[in-house]
This record gives sequence, structure tokens and C-alpha cells, in this order.
Amino acid sequence: MAQEIAARPAATPAARGEDAHGGVGVTNTKLGMWLFLSSDCLFFGAFISAFLLYRGRDQAGPKPSDVFDIPFTSATSFILLMSSLTMVLALAAIQRGDHRRVRIWLLATALFGATFIGGQIFEFTEFSREGLKLDTNLFGSSFFVLTGLHGAHVTAGIVWLLSLWGLSLQGLLPTENAEKVEVAGLYWHFVDVVWIVIFTLVYLMPT
Amino acid sequence: MATATEVKPLPVVLRRPRATQGFWSWFTTVDHKKIGIMYSVTALAFFVIGGIEALLIRVQLAGPDGTLLTASQYNQLFTMHGTTMVFLMGMPLAVGIANYLIPLQIGARDVAFPRLNAFGYWVLVAGGLFLYSSFLFGGAPDGGWFGYTPLTSAPIAAGALPGHGPDYWAIGIAMLGIGSTTSAINFLVTIINMRAPGMTLMRMPVFTWMMFVVAFLTLFAIPIVTAALIMVYFDRNLGTGFFVGGVGGDPLLYQHLFWLFGHPEVYILILPGMGIVSEILPTFSKKPLFGYAVVVFSGIAIGFLGWGVWAHHMFATGLGPVAISAFALSTMLIAIPTGVKIFNWLGTVWGGSVRLATPMLFALGFIGQFTIGGLSGVLHSVVPSDTQQTDTYFVVAHFHYVLFGGLVFGIFGGLYYWFPKIYGRYMDERLGKLNFWTMVIGFNLTFFPMHFLGLWGLPRRTYRYDSGMGWDTLNLVATIGAFTIAVSTLVFLVNAIVSRHRGAPAPADAWDGRSLEWSIPSPPPEYNFAEIPTVHARDDFWHRKYTEDDDGRLVRLPAGGAVAVEERPTGGDDGGHGAPGGEHIHMPSPSFFPLVLASGLPFLGYAAVWKDVLWAIPGAALVLFGMYAWAMEPPTAEDS
Repeated sequence: MAQEIAARPAATPAARGEDAHGGVGVTNTKLGMWLFLSSDCLFFGAFISAFLLYRGRDQAGPKPSDVFDIPFTSATSFILLMSSLTMVLALAAIQRGDHRRVRIWLLATALFGATFIGGQIFEFTEFSREGLKLDTNLFGSSFFVLTGLHGAHVTAGIVWLLSLWGLSLQGLLPTENAEKVEVAGLYWHFVDVVWIVIFTLVYLMPT
Repeated sequence: MATATEVKPLPVVLRRPRATQGFWSWFTTVDHKKIGIMYSVTALAFFVIGGIEALLIRVQLAGPDGTLLTASQYNQLFTMHGTTMVFLMGMPLAVGIANYLIPLQIGARDVAFPRLNAFGYWVLVAGGLFLYSSFLFGGAPDGGWFGYTPLTSAPIAAGALPGHGPDYWAIGIAMLGIGSTTSAINFLVTIINMRAPGMTLMRMPVFTWMMFVVAFLTLFAIPIVTAALIMVYFDRNLGTGFFVGGVGGDPLLYQHLFWLFGHPEVYILILPGMGIVSEILPTFSKKPLFGYAVVVFSGIAIGFLGWGVWAHHMFATGLGPVAISAFALSTMLIAIPTGVKIFNWLGTVWGGSVRLATPMLFALGFIGQFTIGGLSGVLHSVVPSDTQQTDTYFVVAHFHYVLFGGLVFGIFGGLYYWFPKIYGRYMDERLGKLNFWTMVIGFNLTFFPMHFLGLWGLPRRTYRYDSGMGWDTLNLVATIGAFTIAVSTLVFLVNAIVSRHRGAPAPADAWDGRSLEWSIPSPPPEYNFAEIPTVHARDDFWHRKYTEDDDGRLVRLPAGGAVAVEERPTGGDDGGHGAPGGEHIHMPSPSFFPLVLASGLPFLGYAAVWKDVLWAIPGAALVLFGMYAWAMEPPTAEDS
């Protein structure tokens, strides 16, 4: 048994406390991100529940149907969803070692995200002009806080993607670090999926 | 590594810290053992602070018409007492012990994310200081530890509670939630990915198992309360109407969101105590834990059912008969796995060769007192009885029996139990027994009378009461009990401080233990295990020491575990950079950035409370600098 123990190299990456394939075959960093995202689900869940609970309870307008511009939001939603595609392409590129394309796709993803955020800012100002503010009614409260927090998540994702892009530009994102792109991608896809839920429940579901 | 050569050194604002010894090393350490000690010491400090608040409350209530405190001061004290004991004492103390022990119990050298671990601790410090700074700047929170709306959420202008207390509370708890979430993620990844070879899930020590369940509960409960706190903050400061009845908002939504967090939180607090007791009882009974699998599955069952009982905190709000019946049933149901555990503990002690050392006394105290608290809990599931008891001292008695009689006793037992592992010295047994018996007497003197006071109608959270209600004597008794607890705590602190340097020296295997932490030297070397062990059975270390003869009696193996302990290379004082056999154990290097990142949070908190963007500038700068510097820094520094 002594030999059995000694035969094991003690300084495996796992033993060193670094990322390694372990119990479930997912690296520590990726597993950590998955767990964080599962936690974030409940965060959004609480705000979505509040929004749904208060739907149609307002005595005074504006109502959702008064302000929503479904074609416009559909277009920006489509752009956000397309950014998931470019995110996948960025990951595929870094796994191939094609660093020029990594940068192109990272930048494209960030730009699509920024377009979505631009659309959201436009939408918010438009709503505000039409008389729907944070303190107007329950719809205003629950709508702006929910979509605003989602927007904050997207913005954080854009900063993250641009940081990766900057790293890559300086040659600090080698192929071995493909996981950094993958983990950012997990977050980015999650934010997209949450938007699908929000767009369906908040914009599309008839009152 | 190719990456190592490519990575340019950072523009040196902060040179990477190297020291692993000495005072300043505590600020940059990423060693899970040091962080565990820091968590525990900080939590004990908050235990003392929360205890002083409790003493002030008890002095005020010692007799009718107390005059020590004004109503407003009283409100601040009971709010901060509850908030402190839940968020700044209970959770961090369990996290501290778990931090120290989980890697040792599963045969790992550190947790999965050492710097994130340090970050969680510094967030606790930052959040704790932020919450307590409210006493100096603008008044402490005064809406109770569950901060019911619309009391707390009324716009500041409308001022149900004037001042900034509820803002400090909402932002402080949200801040602490960040730390709890990161530590939960860290524990989960560590337990899932970093177990030693052979350490299957069903071979894990029960304490690690319970912390595994707790980490899941924390992960899913914290975001819900964070959402509720954000809504409270927006209602108060930015004119939303989430919980404002006047515009159609529903205060009941807050109660649902809070207790959907709050009830799992109860199990976040008690399951670590159950885990500790499940470690102590077998060791001091010289028997394996009775029904290991059943104890583990009961813990998991409690974790699951804990999500389906939250509305029993809201029976008095008029939810309607169907909802109330469903939650009454689920609440009764959760008593079953809890009862199963109690019988398993009794079965563990039954027929064992019991040794009544201090840790064992605290564990037995846990069982008795937790059972009383559990039984009064079952009373609350009976709706008519609950309606009668809501907001009386009966409830105060109940949850103190569970959380003080249970959690605190379990944790004190754990501290006595693992102290020799941490410092290589036993805590004094005579002081320990004095600590235990004064604690038992003081605790029961304080909280047992509250059952009667509650049933006789004394409402909780009242800062004074009239004479002639029949409440005078028992309130005085409770106050005497509270001071007995204070004396007992003092005995504990003296014992810990003195024993650390002057206690009787303890061997590596201080209590004839069963799990892996006892197979390494006390105190453990920085890298824990010179060689990662291979695990062959549940209670692996025990089986290395003992076998059974034909009649089923224990026989000590002549050259078993004891020799394994002595022959195990003990490394040395070289900080882990040269274990025997020429191997080179890389440990994660210390880092400034967890501290830098966490120190930005209170500034952002002040910016939110005072709605002053100037505070946000240093806050955002520290957070961003901490994040980027952290991301650019490799976990393990290259050897210079």
C-alpha cells in the first residue's frame, strides 16, 4: 500500500489547488461558473415573479400595450441572440488556435451586445417620454428593475468580452487559455437565455 | 509552461506578497486553514458583540417599565442582535470551521478557489463593518432581522422608519450575500472535484456532507433575498412601489421572498451543527455513526423539504385554508428526517464506550436542547396553536432552543474538538466542563421561561411591559440566565486564549479520531497532506488503526494508524516548498487582491445609502483594480 500511495504523483494540478478535471469531469472554473449561473437563475426568478404578480394590477397607465414596440424589441432581441452564435465562433476559433478570428468574433459579440444595450437605452428613454417611469406605477417599477438588471448583466458581459479581446490583442490569451473564452461564453449564453424568458413573459405574453 | 513565459509582469503597483508567516501574512493569505481561523475568530468577535446587545436587551426587560433604553434604541439593538447572530456569527462560524476542515476531511491540499475563499472572508469583514458603521452614521437598522415591509420599504419621505437604518440593512445583507455565495460555490466545487482517490461521496465524513447540502441551500437562497433587498432599496430611495400598498404593491410578496430565503437559512444554520455532532458522537463512543447513509439522506431530505415550508412563518397573514394546510403538512413532514437523525445519534451513543470529554458534553447538550426546540417547532406547524403563539416570546424561546441550544452548542463542541488539530494543544478540560455546565444552566435559565412568558401573552419586540401581568419574575430569571451565558462565554474565551500556548500538548490523533484530518500532524503543514491519501473505506483512518476480532470486539492493529502517523513525512518549516522525497509541492501564492476588491464594497454601499456618487468613485476604482489585477495574476507565483 505504501508503494501504491507513493506511486501517485502528489503534485497533480488538482493537488495543487488549480483547475483540473476532477469528480464530474468539468474543470473547477467551469463548474464554478455553472453554479454561479444556477444561483443567478433564482435572482432573475424573483424579479420575474414580481413582474408577473403585478401584471394588470395597475389602476393607472401606461399599460404594457401602450408603450411596447414589439417589432423594435424583436429586432434587438434577434441581435442579442445572434451574439451567442458569434460567441460560439470565438470559442471555436481559439480552440483551433486562430487568434485573429478569436479577436474578430469576440469584438463582434461585444458589438452585438452593445447594440442590444443601445436599443434598451433608446427604449427606456422612449418609454419615459411616453410617461412610463420607474415610479409611475407597478408596471414601471417591475419592468425597469427587471430589464435594467438584465441590461446590467449584459453590460458586465460586454466589459468581460472586451477585456478578453484586449488580452488577445497583447498576445496574453494563448490557446491554452481557451477556457477563459469558454467560461465567458457560458455567462454570455446564460444572459441570452434569460432574455428569451424575459422577452416572452414580459413583452409577448398578452395581458 | 508556455503561458508563464508569455505573461508580462504587471506594472508593479503591488508586488506579489511572499510572506506566509507573521502578522501581515494574514491579510494576503489564501491558505484555507488560516482563512478558516480568521472566519472563526471574526465570527466569535461578532458573537460577543451580539451577546452584549442581548445583555442590554435583557437588562432593559429585567423588570417592568425598564428605563435603560428608549424604544428606538431597543429597536436598533434587537435588530442588530438578530442580524449579527444570523449573518455575522452563525453563518461565518460554520463557514470558518468548514473552511478549515473540508479539505482535510476529503484529502485535498486546499479549496478549489483559494483567492475567492479569501475574498469571501474580506467581504464578511467589509459587510460587518459597514453594517455596524450605521451606529455612527445615520442610525442602525431597526426593522427587525427580517425587515418586514412596508415598515422598512416605505419611501424615506413617508418614513415608516425614519433615518437610513433600513438602507444600511438592505445593502449590508446584500453585500454579505456576495461573500456567502462565493464561499458556497467554492465549497461545492471543492467537494465535487477535489476529493482524494477513493473518497466517494458515501465515504465522506458527515460534517463535509452537511456543508455540501448547506452550500447548495446558500447558493439558491441568497439570490432570492438579494432580489427582495434590492426591491426594498428601490422602494425607499427611487420611488418604486414593489411593497407599497398605496400603489397596489403587495407587502406579502416581501414576506414570501424573504422566507423563501429565510427558511432554508434556518437549515443553513443548523445543518453544520448536525454535521459536527455526527463527527463528535462516534469518536467519543468508539463506534461508527449509527446508520451513516440514513443520516446523510436525512440531511439531504431536510435540505429539499426546507424549500417547501416557508409560509409557516406567515400563518397569521391570512393566506387561505388551502395554502395554510399544505404548509402545515410539509412542516410536520420535515420533523421526520430531523427525528430520524436524533434517533441515529442516540443509536450511536447507545452501547458505546462513552468518554464524557468537553466536546462530547456539548454534543449531548445539542441533542437534548435541539430536541426541545424541534418539538416546539412542531407546535408551530399546528396552525391554531401557531396563530396563538405568533409574535410572542414563545417563538423567541423556540428559535433560541434551535439556534443557541442547537447550533451554538454544536459549534462550541466542534471548537473544543478540533482545537487540538488547529493548535496542537488541547483546551483545558476543567475550564471546558465549567464552560459547558454554566452554558447549559445559563441557556435554559434564559430561554425556558420564555415559553411560559410567550404563552402568557408577552409580545416579542416590546421594549417595556407593565407590572402586574405576571411576567416580572420570569423576566428577571431570564436576565440572570443571560448573564450566566456571558460568564460562560468569558470562560470559553479565556480557555481558548490560554490553551493556545499553554494547553496540554496534543498528538496528531488527539481524540482517537476516525476521519482523515487526524492522520496528519497538528497543526497541519501548509500543504496538509505530504502525499495525497488513498481512501479505502468510510472512516478510513479508523480502519487503519483498528480491526475486529472474531467476537466483534475492537482490536488495535499493532502497527496500524499510529505508525502511519509517525512515519508520515511531516514536511517541515520550509513553507511547503520542499517536502521529503524531493517532491515540490506548489501551493497557491498569497495575494492582495481579494482584500482590495472587498474593500471597495463598503464605499459602493455608502454611495447607495447616501445617494452620493462621490463615494462610488473610490469604491468602483478599488473593485475594478482588484478584479483586473486578480484576473491577471496567476494563482501560483513562479519560483523566483
